[in-house]
Amino acid sequence: MSEAEFPDVVHRLSDLTPSRVRLDPTGSAAPLSAVLDFQLSHARARDAIRSPADWEGITDALTGQGLEVLDLHSQAETRDIYIRRPDLGRRLAADSRARIAASAPDLAIAIVDGLSATAVSTHAANMVRAIAGALPEIAIGPVALVREGRVAIGDEIAAAMQAPLCLVLIGERPGLSVSDSLGAYLTWDPKPGTADSRRNCVSNIHGRGGLSYDRATDLLAFLIRKARELGATGVALKDDRPSGPALSAPD
Amino acid sequence: MPVYFATAGHERYRFESLAALLAAATPARSGDELAGLAAESEVHRVAARFALAELPLAEFLNESVVPYEDDEVTRLIVDSHDRAAFAPVAAMTVGDLRDWLLSDAADGAALARLAPGLTPEMVAAVSKLMRNQDLIAVARKCQVITRFRNTIGGAGRLSTRLQPNHPADDLRGIAVAVLDGLLQGAGDAVIGINPASDNLSNCTEILKALDDLRLDFDMPMQSCVLTHVTNTIEIINAGGPVDLPFQSIAGTEAANRGFGVDLAVLGEANDAARSLGRGTVGNNVMYFETGQGAPLSADAHHGVDQQTLEVRAYGVARAYEPLLVNTVVGFIGPEYLYDGKQVIRAGLEDHFCGKLLGLPMGVDVCYTNHVEADQDDMDTLMTLLAAAGVNFVICVPGSDDVMLSYQSLSFEDATYLRRTFGLRPAPEFEAWLARMDLAQSGAGPRALPDLGGLVQRMGLSS
Repeated sequence: MSEAEFPDVVHRLSDLTPSRVRLDPTGSAAPLSAVLDFQLSHARARDAIRSPADWEGITDALTGQGLEVLDLHSQAETRDIYIRRPDLGRRLAADSRARIAASAPDLAIAIVDGLSATAVSTHAANMVRAIAGALPEIAIGPVALVREGRVAIGDEIAAAMQAPLCLVLIGERPGLSVSDSLGAYLTWDPKPGTADSRRNCVSNIHGRGGLSYDRATDLLAFLIRKARELGATGVALKDDRPSGPALSAPD
Repeated sequence: MPVYFATAGHERYRFESLAALLAAATPARSGDELAGLAAESEVHRVAARFALAELPLAEFLNESVVPYEDDEVTRLIVDSHDRAAFAPVAAMTVGDLRDWLLSDAADGAALARLAPGLTPEMVAAVSKLMRNQDLIAVARKCQVITRFRNTIGGAGRLSTRLQPNHPADDLRGIAVAVLDGLLQGAGDAVIGINPASDNLSNCTEILKALDDLRLDFDMPMQSCVLTHVTNTIEIINAGGPVDLPFQSIAGTEAANRGFGVDLAVLGEANDAARSLGRGTVGNNVMYFETGQGAPLSADAHHGVDQQTLEVRAYGVARAYEPLLVNTVVGFIGPEYLYDGKQVIRAGLEDHFCGKLLGLPMGVDVCYTNHVEADQDDMDTLMTLLAAAGVNFVICVPGSDDVMLSYQSLSFEDATYLRRTFGLRPAPEFEAWLARMDLAQSGAGPRALPDLGGLVQRMGLSS
């Protein structure tokens, strides 16, 4: 192969992996374009972590669907505290706790910013709409919108609502290539101190090769119905449907 | 339990246990603050260092930070302590040891003789009295050489783990990333893949593909699929081509249980891999990863600071004479190491402490996106580690691990280190690279590798 043919080969091979391969036969330093592209991706990830979610837009979208919303905050007062103190992100601030009514819905839904504001701003309201549409028989409580929260904060919210089942939609830690990935965690009999092994997780909900809204909704609707049937989530609840989407390896 | 005192200025401080003293003396980091173990003030921290400096090393033979009865790691440390090797420093305080380590008397040979006489807690303690330059200067004097199909850790050498992870374990995608690394001369420490799926047949397929590549190219390297050690034992039993069993380990029995391992199963994996006799120049087979904060995240820290527990993990590792050990220093998260400053300090500590205990220490110079760090911090840490004589670093294409979603070094970063410090890959691998016209350094015209031929032999032709 001549040197002139390198670019074609590199182009073809690069398509086989999402990695930032250069396949540079001369072993030279990274070109500035690659350096700046990396910095742009890192900046997007940092902004996703550091910016507030578009709570107004999420509220408008949910109330437009006829759902109530409930604005809540964890005990982590700022993003800096949130990053350093995972324990505080798992607990509700006292005034937030006082605002939750024991409405006893079938399913409590909490939208939690987590580590990607971009993910919840982009996907959370759409996912709530899709899930509500797929489960007409299920009564959903007011949707909790939680600032500076981690997954486990849903336990306290759902317990206060006296809901038997909790669905947390949360922004996942951004990588360089995907900064808007949403995760969904389902917990039966939620209460503070619940072990993570008692939850089911559907992760990688996003539009860049992740799980589509349709496939995520299909899987979550199945898991929600099965959880209500079994009275359990976690290791006891498996996606045992033939050729169903994989729980751990979304395409 | 003994109580320790220190006076700093006009204030007198009391430390309720050896663990409390060690924790208070530790440079600031978010994980110890999260655990409620950190010094209460800056003066408190320095007071603890004054007290630690005066503490006789022999105290560590009487006092365990995690009880002997409760913890098999403590039992391993105590029962395997070499009193004869300890003798030259037996009368020293922790502060004396710091001074001696920095002296000319502590040359490479003396440090190697001392290693079995030091416990992890002694090494952690002395590191807390050392500035970053001390950690670099002493680590540089410690040479730890290990061998499997090549010789890692020699003077003037810097090896790399080529980490060609793919989010779906696609074998062609993996091969492209391997090729990318080989073009930059990476992969002599190991070509090591974190599989997206721990499914046994999946892991075996990846191992076979890497082994075929090695045989086809007659490469003096070793491969590893970083799945749980019990999976690797099963793959060995089924006849899979395992070079190196991998396992994440930690410094307490309870934290190791959180990883699903104990000392016995690590020994079983070591024996099984050695019995295959696949090494050509040596038989160091284990590959361990560690990281400050792992025991706290498993709620298994026993009130001991994260750096001391990290060094206890090295106490575990050295029982198995591993080929490779690395800390994943910036990966565990900002609740343990908050920013670039903390990650850099911890990286230097981990490397120094591992080397002083006689381990073939590498570092995954890395960060996640929620850590307050960027590529400039990684440039600083890798440069300091090269100055400290790190055995190997981890490299991924373009610094971006698309499977684990974090940033490590790039192949180009390793090239920068080699050129800047005049470092070379493992000798057997270096000779192979030359045969393949790969990654030759130096001025003047040189032959380019036959990229088309490589692509074809790796099964990547269209």
